[in-house]
Amino acid sequence: MQRVVYLDHAATTPVHPKALEAMLPFFSESYGNPSSIYAIAREARKALDGARESVAGILGCKPNEVIFTSGGTESDNTAIKGVAFAAKSGGNHIITSSTEHHAVLHTCQFMEKFGFEVTYLPVDRFGMVDPADVERAITDKTVLVTIMTANNEVGTINPIADIAKVIKNKNKHIVFHTDAVQAAGSVDIAVDHLGVDMLSLSAHKFYGPKGIGVLYVRRATPFLPQQQGGGQERNRRAGTESVATIVGMAKALEIAATGREEYNRHCQRLRDRLIESILSRIERSYLNGHPTQRLANNANLSFEYVEGESILLNLDMLGIACSSGSACTSASLEPSHVLMAMGVPVEIAHGSLRLTVGSKTTDEDVDYVLSHLPGIIQKLRAMSPLAEVR
Amino acid sequence: MYTDLVMDHFSNPRNVGTIADADGVGLEGNPVCGDLMKIFIKVKEDRIDDIKFQTFGCGAAIATSSMVTEMVKGKTLDEAMTITNRKVAEALGGLPSQKMHCSNLAADALHKAIEDYRTKTAAVAG
Repeated sequence: MQRVVYLDHAATTPVHPKALEAMLPFFSESYGNPSSIYAIAREARKALDGARESVAGILGCKPNEVIFTSGGTESDNTAIKGVAFAAKSGGNHIITSSTEHHAVLHTCQFMEKFGFEVTYLPVDRFGMVDPADVERAITDKTVLVTIMTANNEVGTINPIADIAKVIKNKNKHIVFHTDAVQAAGSVDIAVDHLGVDMLSLSAHKFYGPKGIGVLYVRRATPFLPQQQGGGQERNRRAGTESVATIVGMAKALEIAATGREEYNRHCQRLRDRLIESILSRIERSYLNGHPTQRLANNANLSFEYVEGESILLNLDMLGIACSSGSACTSASLEPSHVLMAMGVPVEIAHGSLRLTVGSKTTDEDVDYVLSHLPGIIQKLRAMSPLAEVR
Repeated sequence: MYTDLVMDHFSNPRNVGTIADADGVGLEGNPVCGDLMKIFIKVKEDRIDDIKFQTFGCGAAIATSSMVTEMVKGKTLDEAMTITNRKVAEALGGLPSQKMHCSNLAADALHKAIEDYRTKTAAVAG
């Protein structure tokens, strides 16, 4: 069997065996609807309440401030629309950054159709938002600021606590939301440490199942529910709760929180091996994102004169799975909006490669990549007209 | 996403390289869009005697470049001019729809190389 080296943990992670084990009883044994009153429903309700308390414990909030959603995209949509529509009488201005996930960016663009004005803040060359830019962008019409905790492509970690301070100093009624989807596995996401009013999570980024997420909503935050139906989630998100995946998510988050330091140490060592070895072995290669303020598992590099998809295809033939910010790997003709916002030259953005390690990644996996990647880049450069021009 | 034939041409591209004393050179695409193809031809008795390519781009860009060189080697210039991007894609067993416009430019690069040759020879003859 061909070797498989999975280095795309920023895309999704495998479910932790203990999370899977915790989920299983709720599919065909304790399958009751938590809103019903009989015994198997009460078992489901108990598990649901327990999961909510567990998640709240890690976020450092009250259980009733936790809303379960279908994932990061729904959490981001619900946060932005929920606040904007609820606070519309107080103002119509939203502030975000130009490197947000499309779940935030496209939702902000959607809100422009409803009379909202959106400021898309620039980032520095490492992909970081400057709190001073947030402060300058605030007007008396600002109702919401949404800035991601860590970037999904380049791994840059934003100074969320500092941004929270400048917002609240200016006007404590402005709601501050953060998309912590990519950060959750390796960054402290206690909401009071971050100083946020709302926070989005997605379980499958931290070894939980797909299709389940969290939206934290601080008490007294203006919020108009976006999904109507039964009265689940205290009338803030209708729909029968996905008990099994909620239980699995809570377990995965608990494991992530408990083992965070060890996980980060493991990932960072392998990440740094990848970054340092690639930069030293392959000429005209560059690190994208912040040199130190980056997620422990994220290595994002660009290779001049070659195109990302052709690197991915070559790696895939060797069983190595990873991502690129090239146009060819997206639905658009543009390379990564994140790299563009950071001012990375477009040709270099096309040649980007994102390697994200995880709990099961080994030194042998890193060795395997390092033994093949230089040859692949060399082969592609040998056929590139750009390499010859310079 | 790609056919086996596309992957074959991508992994083992035919006729990669340059021709130092090429009779015609064609450049198509733009590195800004992520695809740039350069085709070199040697012409003998109005036929494509030799052809090489260089490509910066995705799997489809490299495979179409390789395929077009195979399709026209030994063909007359007029025959080569009838090869279209669509025919190249068909010869590869098809391309994903999003690749048809952005990365399927090899025939255009070939036509530019032939035009380059014809312009040069016309200038000499004139």
